[in-house]
This record gives sequence, C-alpha cells and structure tokens, in this order.
Amino acid sequence: MNNASTWQLLKTVMLRDAKVALRKRSDILNPLVFLLIVVSLFPLAVGPGPDILGRIAAGVIWVAALLSALLGSERLFRDDYLDGSLEQLLLVPAPLSALALAKVAVHWLFAGLPLVILSPVLALLLKLPFEGWGTLALSLLLGTPILSALTAIGAALTVSLGRGGALVSLLILPLFIPLLIFATAAVEAALLGMPVSGQLAWLAALMVLTVTLSPLAIAASIRVSVN
Amino acid sequence: MSTVVDARELTSIRAGRVLFEALSFKLEAGAVLYVAGPNGAGKSTLLRILAGLLRPLEGDVQLFGQALRHDPEHWQRQTLFIGHKPAVKPALTAIENIQLQAQLDGIQLDDPWALLEQVGLLGLEDIPAQQLSAGQQRRIALARLWYSSAKLWILDEPFTALDQVGIELLQQRFAAHQANQGSLILTSHQALTWRPKTLQVLELGEVAYE
Repeated sequence: MNNASTWQLLKTVMLRDAKVALRKRSDILNPLVFLLIVVSLFPLAVGPGPDILGRIAAGVIWVAALLSALLGSERLFRDDYLDGSLEQLLLVPAPLSALALAKVAVHWLFAGLPLVILSPVLALLLKLPFEGWGTLALSLLLGTPILSALTAIGAALTVSLGRGGALVSLLILPLFIPLLIFATAAVEAALLGMPVSGQLAWLAALMVLTVTLSPLAIAASIRVSVN
Repeated sequence: MSTVVDARELTSIRAGRVLFEALSFKLEAGAVLYVAGPNGAGKSTLLRILAGLLRPLEGDVQLFGQALRHDPEHWQRQTLFIGHKPAVKPALTAIENIQLQAQLDGIQLDDPWALLEQVGLLGLEDIPAQQLSAGQQRRIALARLWYSSAKLWILDEPFTALDQVGIELLQQRFAAHQANQGSLILTSHQALTWRPKTLQVLELGEVAYE
C-alpha cells in the first residue's frame, strides 16, 4: 500500500526528472546554444553600431528566449509518454496538477534559470547599456516561469501526436504576447531612466497567474493525451 | 471472501469499433483473472479502464466497494498497474530506476541489492537502462512486484520479452501474491504454466481463427 505523503511523491518526481535531465545534457544545452547563436548573429546582421543594437537588445533577447523555450518544450513530456512514465504518473496517489507543477519546476530549473544566469552575457553581446542589465535579468527571472508553464500546456496537449512542434507554437505563441510586451517595455523604461516597478509588477502578476492556473490545464491535457 | 473488483455493464468503443458491450464480472480477493482474446480485442483497453486510466463509455467499476471517481487516491494506493510500456527511464541505471519507482510507490527499500538479485539484475545495476536488453528492462519494471503490497495487480502482457527463467520466476511471484490473498488481472498470449487456485478466464472479441 502506498502511504507516502504528497510532498514525498513530488520530491521523488522532481528528483527523477533532475537526474534524467543531468544525464541527457544535450537536451538542456541545445535550446541555450540556439539562443546564443541567434543573439550573436544580430550584431553581424544589423551592424555593430551600439545605438541600434542597444535599442533592440531587449526585444531580440526576449524573442530568442521565446523561441528557445518552444524548442525545448518537447522534452517536457515526450520521453515520459514514450516510456510509459506518464501513464504511471496518473496512477501516483497525488493530485496530477501538483505532479505537473513539480515537473514544470524542474524544467524551469534547467531551461529558464540558465537564461537568467546568461543574461549578462546576452546583454554584453548586444551592447545593452548597463542601466538595463538588472531589469533584463529581473524580467527573465519573472518571465521564464511563465514560459515553462505555458509551453508545458502545449507540450502536454500535443504529446500523443507524433510531431507536435509546429502545433505547439501556434497554440502557445499568442499567449506569450503580453509577456513579451511587458518584459521589453520594462527594459526600455530602465534605459530611459524611468521607474520599472509597474511593468515588473505586471510580470509578477502574470507569473503568479500562470504558475497557479497552468497546472490544472496541464493535468487535464495529460489526461486527454494518455487516453 | 470479499469482492475486489466489481465491473458492471462495461461498454467501450475505440476508433468507432465496439470492443465490448455490457461486460460484467466480479473478482474475489485471491483470485486471478486471465483476460484472453486476439490482438485488438480490447484487452489492454479493459485493463486500462480497471486501472483507472480510461473511462468506460458506459458502466462503472468498483474497487473494494468504491467507485473510482469518489476517491481516486484510495484506488491508486490499492492497485499496481504495469502496462505495455515499462515506465523505465532509459537514461537512468537499473538501481536508480528501481529506487525511484519504489519511492513513488511509497516504499523505502532497505536492501535494493537483494531485490536486484531476486529479479536477476545483479551486476547490471550501474548500466543505463537503454543499454540493457528489452527483457532486462522488463525485469526492472517488474521488480515493483517484489516489494509491492498492493492488493490488486493489473498487468498487461507481463511476460513480453522475458526468458523462460524470468517467466517461471514471475509466476512464482504471482503464486506468492495469491497466497497472500492478493488478486491479479493479466493478459498474455502465453499459457500459464502455473495453476492458480481460483482462475477466471475472460474471453474478449470474436476468435479470428477456427
């Protein structure tokens, strides 16, 4: 009989996902390398003039982050679906939405957090003026959990369709737009020396909203996909 | 004797085809239900319904007198389901797979090595599961049965990819489970060499040959 507490079960699911992620490092590195390549191509394509680059830096970094999040989204549930762990997850005596949130948290740890850590490098590559660095990092810190949570909905919905990559983009990209607007507006305001608390508060509110509600949508999507 | 599973009037339609209609049966504690039938007869679908993964189109299933939707966690704590896919993580080693699965099953393994020996995987514990053979991966998945205290086991084709020794070993485990008043539902294309005390056979689908 299974008498483990919900918290223990969540910890086990997170531990397993973290172990698998560390074993398959290329899955973590691919989206990050993609992001770095996209960002480093811009100075070559647009020209190295700091006035242009600095102005578009936040937008470029955020667009690249969105695309790299979509690139890494398949990893979330694909392997679990193929090896049968996903259907076993439905049989774990804990709320499926909590288990889904645990998986999203681990995914963020290996997909979102590296972006926050990399943000000074990205800012440097695009000659973002120094005043914007802190705000960029903060916007990524608040925004990447939204990316992970939303892509997880798309990934869970399409996991049973052989190649759902393009479909995920269509489903999820519109939901990213508010995030994109507030995140880039925050950095822009910082560059102009204006207060950024408004935009960051919006980002924080969006993050709380998605992180609390998306597990329900992910759980429902998993149930549909496993059927 | 208490009723473990009480299926009433189950109907399932997959891909526009009726798999079974108004199917009813009961399973007592300590009994074995052998679901037979040709490929595509709905054996896996029935097992997934009993495990709570699928909802039947009509009818309902009660486990220990309780319907699934009333208390899914109660259901999940009492049953152990192993499907076609072994739920073994290819990137992790045998011992990691077994320990993590045991934690998900709410069991703290005191001696994982003894368990490895019982399922014949001793010496292979440090190799990632993806480098093991299909039969060895199946043994990793089936290791759950050796520590499980679930009252009802639902196993879809448990003998797939196992060698003769493995099949014998598994049937010995089934016998011990049954002696412990545990119930078992399984599908297989292989005849059982072990004779359970109470064996119910459920024939699904029209027999394609004969």
